[in-house]
Amino acid sequence: MTQINRITNGQTNPDQRLEFTFDGKTFYGQGGDTLASALLANGQRLMGRSFKYHRPRGPLTAGSEEPNALVELRTGGRQEPNTRATTAELYDGLTARSQNRLGSLKFDLLSINDRLSNFLTAGFYYKTFMWPAAFWEKLYEPIIRHAAGLGSLSKIDDPDLYDKGFLHCDQLIIGAGPAGLSAALVAGRSGAQVILADEDFRMGGRLNSETFAIGDQSGADWATATVAELATMPNVRLLPRTTVIGAFDHGIFSAVERVSDHLAVPATGKPRQILWRIYAKSSLLCAGATERPIGFENNDRPGIMLASAMRTYGNRFGVAADKRVAIFTNNDDGHRTAADLHAKGVKIAAVVDTRPDAPRSGDYEVLAGAQVIDTKGRLGLTFAEVREADGSARTLEVGALGMSGGWNPNVHMTCHQRGCPVWNDTIAAFAPGKNLPVGMAVAGAATGAFSTAAALSTGAKAAAAQLRHLGFQPKPPRQPKTEDTPTNVTPFWYVQGCNRAWLDQQNDVTVKDVKLAHQEGFRSVEHLKRYTTLGMATDQGKTSNMGGLAIMAELAGKSIPDVGTTIFRPPYTPTSMGVLAGRSVGRDFHPTRLTPTHKWAEEQDAVFVEVGNWLRAQWFPKSGETHWRESVDREVIATRNSVGVCDVTTLGKVDVQGADAADFLNKIYCNGFAKLAVGKVRYGLMLREDGIAMDDGTAARMAEDHFVVTTTTANALPVYRHMEFVRQCLYPDMDVQLISTTEAWAQYAVAGPNSRKLLEKIVDQDISNDAFPFMACADITVCGGLRARLFRISFSGELAYEIAVPTAYGDALIRRIMDAGAEFDVTPYGTEALGVMRIEKGHAAGNELNGTTTAQNLGMGRMVSKKKDSIGSTLSEREGLNRPNDLRQIGIKPVNPADPVPAGGHLMNATGPVDAAHDQGYVTSAAYSPSLGHMIALGFLKDGANQIGKRMRLVSPLTGVETEIEIASAHFIDPEGNRLRA
Amino acid sequence: MIINHPLLGPRDASEFTYLGDAKLIDRPDWQSDTAAQDFYEYGYLRTNPAGEHRELWFHEAGDRSWLVVTRNTLTHEISAVEMARDVARAQGRSK
Amino acid sequence: MHDLKPISALGGVSDTIGTMTITENSGVALASVAARMGGEVATKKALKKLLGDVPGPGRSQQHDPESGFWMGPDQWMIGAPMDTHELLADQLKTLLGDAASVTEQSGAWVVFDVVGAALPDMMERLCAAPVRTMVAGDTQRTVIHHLSCFVIRQNGADHVRILGPRASAGSLHHALNGAAHSVA
Repeated sequence: MTQINRITNGQTNPDQRLEFTFDGKTFYGQGGDTLASALLANGQRLMGRSFKYHRPRGPLTAGSEEPNALVELRTGGRQEPNTRATTAELYDGLTARSQNRLGSLKFDLLSINDRLSNFLTAGFYYKTFMWPAAFWEKLYEPIIRHAAGLGSLSKIDDPDLYDKGFLHCDQLIIGAGPAGLSAALVAGRSGAQVILADEDFRMGGRLNSETFAIGDQSGADWATATVAELATMPNVRLLPRTTVIGAFDHGIFSAVERVSDHLAVPATGKPRQILWRIYAKSSLLCAGATERPIGFENNDRPGIMLASAMRTYGNRFGVAADKRVAIFTNNDDGHRTAADLHAKGVKIAAVVDTRPDAPRSGDYEVLAGAQVIDTKGRLGLTFAEVREADGSARTLEVGALGMSGGWNPNVHMTCHQRGCPVWNDTIAAFAPGKNLPVGMAVAGAATGAFSTAAALSTGAKAAAAQLRHLGFQPKPPRQPKTEDTPTNVTPFWYVQGCNRAWLDQQNDVTVKDVKLAHQEGFRSVEHLKRYTTLGMATDQGKTSNMGGLAIMAELAGKSIPDVGTTIFRPPYTPTSMGVLAGRSVGRDFHPTRLTPTHKWAEEQDAVFVEVGNWLRAQWFPKSGETHWRESVDREVIATRNSVGVCDVTTLGKVDVQGADAADFLNKIYCNGFAKLAVGKVRYGLMLREDGIAMDDGTAARMAEDHFVVTTTTANALPVYRHMEFVRQCLYPDMDVQLISTTEAWAQYAVAGPNSRKLLEKIVDQDISNDAFPFMACADITVCGGLRARLFRISFSGELAYEIAVPTAYGDALIRRIMDAGAEFDVTPYGTEALGVMRIEKGHAAGNELNGTTTAQNLGMGRMVSKKKDSIGSTLSEREGLNRPNDLRQIGIKPVNPADPVPAGGHLMNATGPVDAAHDQGYVTSAAYSPSLGHMIALGFLKDGANQIGKRMRLVSPLTGVETEIEIASAHFIDPEGNRLRA
Repeated sequence: MIINHPLLGPRDASEFTYLGDAKLIDRPDWQSDTAAQDFYEYGYLRTNPAGEHRELWFHEAGDRSWLVVTRNTLTHEISAVEMARDVARAQGRSK
Repeated sequence: MHDLKPISALGGVSDTIGTMTITENSGVALASVAARMGGEVATKKALKKLLGDVPGPGRSQQHDPESGFWMGPDQWMIGAPMDTHELLADQLKTLLGDAASVTEQSGAWVVFDVVGAALPDMMERLCAAPVRTMVAGDTQRTVIHHLSCFVIRQNGADHVRILGPRASAGSLHHALNGAAHSVA
């Protein structure tokens, strides 16, 4: 294919020929093209199908506001749907496909919807699919889902990387058009740290699309020279291909830099995109303005586009939208397109200007006071029907029509903090209001000052004012002479009497839909938006919202500012999910915490389980074991019969020191710690202030003024936070210092009747039962002098110890324990066996301390000291938590030992209904007890302490299980505690 | 948001965890005759002002200080940031 | 003398990626010092003698053999060479007595030295700490790949030391290397 519509010298590089495909057909473009400009150069106006009616569509714009020309880019894992052809930078080998079609782009079977349009108007879904209800899931939804949507996902993992990053600056300049470049020059020369971001791959904004001179240079050359000067300044960071997508509180901005989107494949190790979080002491919005279309019958055919876009294709890309074009305008700016294209040899059929006093031209015909009232052309524009001022009809044979309905300042970012734009009559558009995000100023066309001269001067002035405020001494330069035309626009929104005149081309919302919404009583602009879906497409109504507001205003007899705008929200343009996720995907979704025995456990073929970020050994399968239960049962039995070892490093550890350390623990635990002797450990239960149990653990008194506190693995951080709250906010004069030592120590439980014998081979001190009884603790040494800590505590119910050494020695210690324990067949056990043994022993854990239970529920009501004040002690006494029939922790065993006892099941009386009203309690933890040979469980039962021996039903409607069970003591093993004191 | 830490200067709010109303500093006296009612009010009754609100933030990914931040709930404007420990002492809390 | 052999989190790994070198420094002993109520003056006096100066908020004092940085109000982290100071916590406790609480922290942290010309570019892909404008001694606790880390601007040009939670050493190292590749 030849580039039949490539007319003349744009800013593309004819020496760089780029091959690409669209719907499988090969085309050629030039370096500097977008996909849209390259397709237009090849005479391809049709680029997509509309969302609802599947109407043939071509590009409306030449920028990020594009509603129509959405394509699927690339293939495989890199396939990207809904990409705007108008911003996709062309590269050699690019592959693109049209989307939202059934069949080919030319013969889309779903274009039948266009014939059914009378039934598919606003509110169609709400009205049609109301009933019968059963039809929704079975019939309507599958059909709608099949037909709806735009592009498709590949459902293959994206192979590319996405980075996040953080930038700091004195001034963030958003947009590198004339205003932004002028501002950046002032800011850069002042020495301030400046970031200049622009969504385009070529900075310069409209300067690249216009033919104006700045001084003795073309605008585009001035932009190039200015960017080159800025690039030499070390304090200026240029971010082309970077869209600032949101303005957040206190000068924080989000921006997406498309680092590799213009490459077929990113360089190795390099990200495709970066999400920047920018901390800006000041920000200057130079986002320019967006032209708006005009509503008339069939104004959506391929070839009909914004006049400014037509000019961009002509001047910047050297591409004529067609050989014969016409312009439909209500303002002087539309005439520029005609003049520029005429100068490039494009035939201007006519400029249709709604204003009777339209400016004349010697080069082409101007139809003053005329309107385009309809168009023809099935897959692209062929004729435009014009009604002249005197009412006579005229047909223009054209392949492209430029629409110019005036310009809207791009106020979006000024409204991200709920600022409201204000109406400006001169430009017939909304301009930034006063209530801007903190630290923001606006310059150039974004303020409604549309001339190049105004852009240069307001950019420089606004930048200087902000910088002076920050303590810099900027010197605004003399501005070069340039275009300074006043804005001359007469509002004209749509041709009277039109129906299928498109406002929102992406969501297929027409003038008729807005009228229907009004007729049906949708008077608020937000309701209009949701009922018609006007402005709810991926372009967020950048080209369509104003038209809708104008029609609403007219119908309601109000002014446009009285109707108001919908709320502008980030992101400014569509943003990929990948860049929002950054590197936190797959295995890197969160960091992993490894225990000191991890390497050793891997060598033992341990199966690991994620516990928060921790990876813990769940069990250690031995060869021949085919089911996890075999491994777990063996680990439990071996521990109970001889000795087992388990890495318990993950439990939170907090070092509590200071003269008031014991008083402090008295506050955070409901039970007393003041009298705990040095060298002793005590179980502690922590309540929330509302009396509900928060966490439990142990506190070991290493010295008069030094405790080591443990928390559960999951609550390590919240408990530490709570302890700091109590220390800093409640008892600020207590002499107590806190620091987490969770990862500083490798800590292992050594449990079982032979645990002492094993440890005696490692510990340098006397640990006989007399020297080191149950609940003793001490700083000790191991293996001939390594500093260590020993605690005689037991979670399993056996004679047990926890031994801790500095983390770096954790690997050496576990290997030494295994060696020393070989004669006792020491068995490593994982979290499953740990869980089984604590259930057998009746120890509460996270399932029981579940955020709804009290000390009383847990059977520890008497632990709550009434002799002292502690967090939660007062409210734990309130009536609602102390009723006779309250839940109590109990044990559960099946009457028939073969029956399952599912966790999560509910307890019901032996007879009677099974429903919520008759619920007696529930099961929190369940396990198979290899010691007892059947399943056991812990749970809560109403008045449970007095129900031991009672037969009940355990029902789990979810799993369909109903089991006859007997209520038992929670302490299935060694209820007297003889073993752990042995 | 940015919280201007009294010791460390402006820091991103993402480094902090939020607790709530700074009145949580005023923990009632457990021995008062009205202790039950006082703790009920302390624990459950909060004002929900549309405007300035004094609230507790913890600099978890920072220096582990609790801060009292005065924030306008309508605009997010932060007009004061104090060390909670200083506030607690000024309000008469001690041991 | 015991015969247990310590290991570092990552075996002292060192990678060069582009201009950047990322090395696990397993030779640092660490202990925290928190002044006790009424012991603030004595603690600062002792630290001044030990370090040459007492680092204030956001600062570190680089000194030989002990160095230190501010962790929180009246709280510092002291570091020293592991070879000579494995018992740093005991040594500090002897020095400070009841004026301060001392806690051994060597095992809690993995230490990376990150050196190279692309340092500011690399760090801005990792954290909000403004490494580009931080000067020698500036220290910030910040979040890197969801992990709470200390970033210390060292005396040498283009050098930061990063202390991260030891249990997540692998994840942190992966994040550092990824960022280095991004800017290489």
